[in-house]
Amino acid sequence: MKHTHQLRIGPVGFRIGSDWAAPIAQLKTLYRDYPSPHGDIADFNVRLFATRPWRRLVRPSVMIGGDYILPEAAPLPLAQGLLAAEMAMNLQMALGQRRYLLIHASVVERDGRALIMTGESGAGKSTLAAMLAARGWRLMGDEFALVDPTTGLIHAFPRLVSLKNKAIHVVSAAMPKGRFGPLLAATPKGDIQHLVPDARAIAAMDQPAMPALLLFPNFGFAPAIRDVGAGEVFVRLTQASTNYVAMGERGFTALTRLVREIPAKAIDYPDTGAAMTAVEQLWTGL
Amino acid sequence: MPEVAYHAVALDTLRLVAADDLIFAYHRASGITHLLAPPAPEILNILAEAPMRADELLVQLAALYDLADGDLAMLVARLDELIAAGLVWRA
Amino acid sequence: MDRVVKTDGWLLARALCDPASVATLDANGWTSLLTIARAEQLIGSLAHRLEGLPMPESAARILADARGSAAQGRVLALWEAEMARRALASLGCPVVLLKGTAFIAAGLAAGVGRSIGDLDILVPTDRLDAVERALIAANWEWVKPDPYDDAYYRRWMHELPPLIHRDRDRMIDVHHTILPLTARITPDAAALIADSVALENGLRILSHPDMLIHAAAHLFADGDLAGGMRNLWDVHRLVEEFGTEGVFDRAAHHGLSVAMHRAVRLAAALYADPDGVQLRLSRLDRLYLHRLTARDGWGRAVRPLLRQAFYMRSHLLRMPPLMLARHLWTKWRGGHHAI
Repeated sequence: MKHTHQLRIGPVGFRIGSDWAAPIAQLKTLYRDYPSPHGDIADFNVRLFATRPWRRLVRPSVMIGGDYILPEAAPLPLAQGLLAAEMAMNLQMALGQRRYLLIHASVVERDGRALIMTGESGAGKSTLAAMLAARGWRLMGDEFALVDPTTGLIHAFPRLVSLKNKAIHVVSAAMPKGRFGPLLAATPKGDIQHLVPDARAIAAMDQPAMPALLLFPNFGFAPAIRDVGAGEVFVRLTQASTNYVAMGERGFTALTRLVREIPAKAIDYPDTGAAMTAVEQLWTGL
Repeated sequence: MPEVAYHAVALDTLRLVAADDLIFAYHRASGITHLLAPPAPEILNILAEAPMRADELLVQLAALYDLADGDLAMLVARLDELIAAGLVWRA
Repeated sequence: MDRVVKTDGWLLARALCDPASVATLDANGWTSLLTIARAEQLIGSLAHRLEGLPMPESAARILADARGSAAQGRVLALWEAEMARRALASLGCPVVLLKGTAFIAAGLAAGVGRSIGDLDILVPTDRLDAVERALIAANWEWVKPDPYDDAYYRRWMHELPPLIHRDRDRMIDVHHTILPLTARITPDAAALIADSVALENGLRILSHPDMLIHAAAHLFADGDLAGGMRNLWDVHRLVEEFGTEGVFDRAAHHGLSVAMHRAVRLAAALYADPDGVQLRLSRLDRLYLHRLTARDGWGRAVRPLLRQAFYMRSHLLRMPPLMLARHLWTKWRGGHHAI
């Protein structure tokens, strides 16, 4: 592979190879303050490649490869190469992570305790995490919560925060000093722009936190808060986990501990302001 | 011809965690996680002690647990679910 | 000490053959080794071979994860076998486990750290319909094939079209012989079953010679050598554990002499004697080895022309030429690409 880069996000090291220079250059820029993989040995490998040699130049489209792949995945245009790299790294985690239980969630930390926000795509997890970070919470991640089955602690995975459509404007307005990646227009998921986690999030990426509150946010409704029962929490968390089955009994241990020890609430919210008010209210009441 | 009896997995092959009214059960032999709600835990408890026919099981359930009078057909349906889940089998 | 090791499948073969040799790997070397091992589905086996050796902490963690993954894979594989046993128990016919699940169920060295995909079983040809019905009754379903594939499968292949379990989402492949009926070689399926050995739970495994022969047949006649490094690791581990007594005579009985001899030679070339001190390899053997080790440090399949040559050869072995032409034509028209 002609163009390569290695980086570490939290405990996970990646080696990324590409047939084109541009995506690697973008990764190097945006992830410039991130460390290398531990011992320079990556946990996962990602490849951005052209389907045929001439497709490197003619109508270049990026196929995603790596240790773990989805065979039916469609390629992306080269202009969205950065998105392809991010998707590929997520895929390695989703399919290959075995040390930590993964929950599809965003996580922020305050005073050594973690707030976990999980839910469907579009529930606003990334936006809320970014906005809370702007308010002084430490960003631990916007895609995966990493749960250590032995200790129950949440480990940070602060990759680039993926903001879509309206969220781009909301967050960039709230974070005028934020570092953002290029605007990727008209991707399969709409407009996407990445926010680089702030210096504090990067510096603290190896500090885990005790989970303290689990939230199921629901965007686009009048404000409401309700308790979520243990059975529902368990089922929703297994649905939100890509590696629960593969983790076996350790996954069960990690998940049941979360269900039994952490309060879980569903919050409906009409806008991020209302959500943050609810978060502060619930956090204070812990 | 003797009627078929239902058998259940030994309880120590299950890792059990209770929360609210539910029991989360990790079945070590299969790697499958089950959410058990009454009468499933009660059925498993009884059958784990000794295999028995469905009609006997119905009597035991009524005697040992305060379960509302179910009928045999409903019990067999529950047992079929447990069979599909791999926690019970017929022999 | 500065022997140049190519970054291809040989890097993996050497590590499996001589675990202590990994002491000379730098970070790049480790990254390549782990990537190739994953690509060849051998990272679990490698992780067991290297367990306890001094190595960089990251490598140790990655390999520990691989061992854990293989252990969980083992649980799931044995459970599939158990559920198949329950579904088929009332039929009273022999059910013989094949490949990885068999190694694991019987506690063989070949099963240590092995990754398992589908459950493969062998049943008598005349019970195939009954087996199919019993599995469907126990909630396995057809992976929806197109009608042509289904007819092709039933008539010519050595197995039922693939079934997948509705709830557990795992596949089962039901074989009635070990090579397609269209192959030029026709193993003695009845003898395979007659000589099979019962496990404690009533499921069966092939006799040791037949297990080796199956690995050889599977490697050379059933595919284009993709996954060959793992297949030959199976052969190597089986030979290490049971030797080759009676194997070649039995292979001759099944019409698989050439394949068996080649498998034993190539397994030894890769995993017992990679410096080629004692073995005498033919030019064709070396071509095979070149194809088998066609991976780069990124885990990509390389040497495309060689791969294509072997792919076409495998189809020739499987089907008479006219049938092959018709089959490829139909698949191509359906929008699939033959190569």
